[in-house]
Parts: sequence; structure tokens; C-alpha cells
Amino acid sequence: MSAHAPFEGRVWLFGDHVDTDVIIPVRYCVTADRDELGRHAMAGADPDFAGRIARGDFIVAGSNFGCGSSREVAPVALLGAGVGAVVAASFGRIFYRNAINVGLPIFESPEAAVACSQGDLVRAVPEEGLLQNLTSGRAFAFAPYPQQVARIVAAGGLENYVRERLSKRRPR
Amino acid sequence: MGMTLAEKILARHADRPATAAGDLLHCRVDRIMATDITAPMSIEVFRRMGAERVHDPDACILINDHFVPAKDIRSADFARAMREFAAEQGIRDYFEVGRSGICHTLIPERGLVGPGEILVGADSHTCTAGALGCFATGVGSTDLAAAWALGEMWFRVPGTIRVEVEGEFRPHVTSKDLIMHLVGRLGVEGARYRAIEFGGPAVAAMPVHARLTLCNMTIEMGAKAGMVPCDAATVEHFSGRDRAVAEGPFPDHDAAYDETLRIDVSLLEPQVAEPFLPSNVRGAGEFRGVKVDQVFIGSCTNGHYEDLAQAAAVLKGRTVAPGVRLIVTPATQEIYLRAVRSGVVADLVEAGAAVTTPTCGACLGGHNGVLGRDEVALTTTNRNFRGRMGDTSSRVYLANPAVAAATAALGHIGLPEDLP
Ligand code: SF4
Repeated sequence: MSAHAPFEGRVWLFGDHVDTDVIIPVRYCVTADRDELGRHAMAGADPDFAGRIARGDFIVAGSNFGCGSSREVAPVALLGAGVGAVVAASFGRIFYRNAINVGLPIFESPEAAVACSQGDLVRAVPEEGLLQNLTSGRAFAFAPYPQQVARIVAAGGLENYVRERLSKRRPR
Repeated sequence: MGMTLAEKILARHADRPATAAGDLLHCRVDRIMATDITAPMSIEVFRRMGAERVHDPDACILINDHFVPAKDIRSADFARAMREFAAEQGIRDYFEVGRSGICHTLIPERGLVGPGEILVGADSHTCTAGALGCFATGVGSTDLAAAWALGEMWFRVPGTIRVEVEGEFRPHVTSKDLIMHLVGRLGVEGARYRAIEFGGPAVAAMPVHARLTLCNMTIEMGAKAGMVPCDAATVEHFSGRDRAVAEGPFPDHDAAYDETLRIDVSLLEPQVAEPFLPSNVRGAGEFRGVKVDQVFIGSCTNGHYEDLAQAAAVLKGRTVAPGVRLIVTPATQEIYLRAVRSGVVADLVEAGAAVTTPTCGACLGGHNGVLGRDEVALTTTNRNFRGRMGDTSSRVYLANPAVAAATAALGHIGLPEDLP
């Protein structure tokens, strides 16, 4: 995924406090395989979710998305299912870091969270900090990433970021 | 302007004279913890980062706890991956099945992190260790792999909520009730991105195990850390672990807090959180009569020796009600042994409890007591999200160990004083 190019998808709507036990129940967690995790994404809320979404679709949710356990397989499962981005009124702290680290685009916008409907077509324009609802014609600003977060996003995730730092440490 | 405890510890680890909420700091981390359920993913990421050696093997802690002993082939392979990594990297603080325990109870028990230090752990309840006066926070597997590789981590310095606690607990009311009350009051995101600092006479009077319970559930409000400054009780705890520490660091008197709350625990009654949020908290009495299929006493919240002893005292001479399963899981091997030697285990087994080896087990619906369709449980754990302990239709109520024991004997939610 390029960190900057605009991208669009359909909205899948969820409520407040979607916790990581809902995003990926623990019985599916004993694997690091992205595709397998993806098949069970959101199983705690909607067991058919993974089979029904189209690649690039957006999850739009209320406050505190991803609260609960630190399991990084939660954002990985969403990536595996093909989720293009998560827009929420707010995020659980650990989920926020994990999503940034694994390269799942996430945007914080309390306005967008209440003004999108199931099935709306939305477009994220990260460079302008903008989420456009193409169905309703409305647009929403999202908070810019803090500087360090922006660096990680630009590197394509923490894994690449650390790899670059390590390779600078031992010049060959 | 003075600094809160969180600010003070983070500034020191970034070699800054001062810092304030909102600053972004790169901090050295003293201890880095992972478990059998999170380490394998970190190991894969670590390798993909091109890292070969961890920055400091003596900073690393690896603990078998979630699926102990291995519940199936996959969890056995996960444990093996961690075991091999520990050997390869020369990590000495590796805890094998039979010499281990739930990470958040084992770390304080062994004195693995000290006051003023930073602990990061690939488990959300890492905040538990803040009860020892350190800054302890949960992270995901990639952050953890980065900490292994670099020995440091970036943090946004959190604002702090100060909670002043006074009064004396009534019988059968514990720090679990205090923290559940606070979760109910602030809500599941009431402390998001922030630290919670506890103080006041009731905290000063609290033994370390009760402080651990208190800090354990700060994550249930979204907090980054829960903290109690190191005082005489903490120093005493460490001296029992052959580790000499001094009191402090303390927050400055003129520290800037986001908010200060005052709670008088002498007015507090036992609390219960109903499904499906830990913030759905009311007095336990309001849930009297709710029928349960299972009671679980254990976890990093309430698997301490004192928790087991409290439950055993309620159950002594009584039996678990027909149609109810009582599962008790000591948090660590040391607690297990102490409970065996003191007769607590005998009292529980005589009452009809299934006492298991230390593990997370039932707490996360992993094994050793998973709930089936439509089943109802009352537990001493920290989370009651949908499907947390098993089938998505199952329901979990949270409470303290005395309420759990009374509920097991009654067959429905009740208090120790309801027992015949
Ligand atoms: S006991 Fe439960 S809450 Fe604590 S670390 Fe284990 S699974 Fe997590």
C-alpha cells in the first residue's frame, strides 16, 4: 500500500467499543498467517463478514475501536480480510499503534463515524487529511498523524522502519 | 512545573531533564516481556526486520502462561518457537512450564522489574506492574520486536489522572471492587492514552497484591499505565525477593494532572460488572439470583494467594451448588505451592472445585474451562466482552473472589452474607 495515494471502498458500519475479542476471537489466534486470520475477521460481531466484504472496503465505527487485548493479530486479520481502512471516532491505544505498525490505514474522525451509512462509497485522501463520502457528497477532515507516526506510515510500517534503522547502524 | 510519576520516569529514560504530557520521546526500556501467545509473531517480525541479536538478552523476559501446558499442536509449536528463541538469544529470564505463572503475577513475584524502570510487554495487562512504581505498558508484537532490536521505544507522554483513595474497606470488599467502581465511573475509554496514578491513605495501607489488582484493570479504561509510587510496602516486597530498592520516585507536589478524583472506600460495597463491558458495574446485590453455570477464580487480576485464601475461607465447610462448576487457577507455581501447603487447595477441592495448574486458561477462553452456548459464568477476571471466555452467546459477570466463592456455593450470584 502506498501511504499517500487516495483509495476508496464501501462502508461496513459498526458501533462503539468494538474490542479485539470481537475483531478476532482467541480461538482463531494461534497463527500468524494473515489469510487465515482474515477468514475470521470480525467473527465476534458478524461471522460472515470476511466472506462478504470486497477488497478495499472500509470499516466505519464509533468510539474506542480495538479496545481490549494487545493482540496484534486484530489489525492483521482486518488486512487479511481485505479491509482497506478503518475510520472510527476514536481508537484503543494499543490497537492504534498496532495498526500503524502493520500498515493498516486508520483515520480518527468522530464526524465521519456518525455520518456514514452501511454501503456508502467513501474515499480516503490521506495527503489532504480528508475522507470523502461519495454517496452523500460530504467530506470530513481527520486528525493528522503525529510526527513519529507519520514516519512509520511513510516507511510502510514499523518493520520497514526498523529495518532501515538497523541497516544504517551496521554499514557494509 | 513539576512532573507526574509517568512524566518523571519517561523523561529519565530519554535523558531529558523534564517532559510534559503530549511530548514524543524515544525512551530506553529496561525490561521487555512476551508470552507464548505473542512471542512467536514477534520472532517472525524480528527476523523480517533483519535483526539477528536482541539488543540486550538480560532485558528480555519470556513467559509460558496463556496455553499452559500446551492445549493442542499449534500452541505446542508456539511454545517451542519461544523456547528456541530464548536459547538462541541467550535469554535467561525464560520461564518454562512448571516453573512459570501468569506473566503479570510472575514479574512482581520474581522482582523482575523495579521502581522507576520501564517495562513493555506484549500483553495489554502489562500495566499491572505499575503497582511497583514503574512505568509498565502493553504493546503489540511488532512494537515488541522493535524493542528487542533497538532497546528503545517511542512514547507519547500521557496525561495523568490522579486518584486519591481514603477510608477502610468493609469486609469482603477489596481493591477489585475499587477498580471496578472506577471503571464503571470513568467508562471503558475514560482514561484512553492516559496514565492513572493512585495515592492516598487507603492505597498506602494496601498490600502489594491488592495494588497489583488495582493497576491491572486500568487498561479496562483504556489507560496506558496504572501506577502506585514505590513506598515502604513496595520496598518490603522487593526485600522478600532479594532485591534492594529505595522508596520513590515520587510525583512532584506541583505536578500537573488532567484530573483528580477522590474515592472513599468505606462506602463501597462488592461490585459486579455485567456483560458485555467491564464498565457495566453496579453493586453486587443488584444481581442477586442470576443463575450461573460456572465460577472461575484466577487470572492476573485475582489469582494471588490471598484471593484463593479468601475464596477458600468462604467455601470452607460448604460445597459448590449442584449444576455449577467451580474452576480455580492459582496465578503462579509459587502461589500454587503455598496454597497446597497452607490447606487452601484442600479446602477448595473438598468444596468441589476443579483446581488447575497455573495458566491464563479460562480467562481468555483458551482452555481449562471454556464456556459453551448460552452458558453464564461469574469470574474474578477483568474482561467480559462478548465471547471472551467461549461461545459468543455465553455471558460473563466480573466480581471479587469472595463474591465468586459465595456464588459458587449458592448457584446464583450472591454475597457471602447470603450463605446459609
Ligand atoms: S490472565 Fe487473562 S487477562 Fe491476564 S494475561 Fe492471562 S489472558 Fe490476559
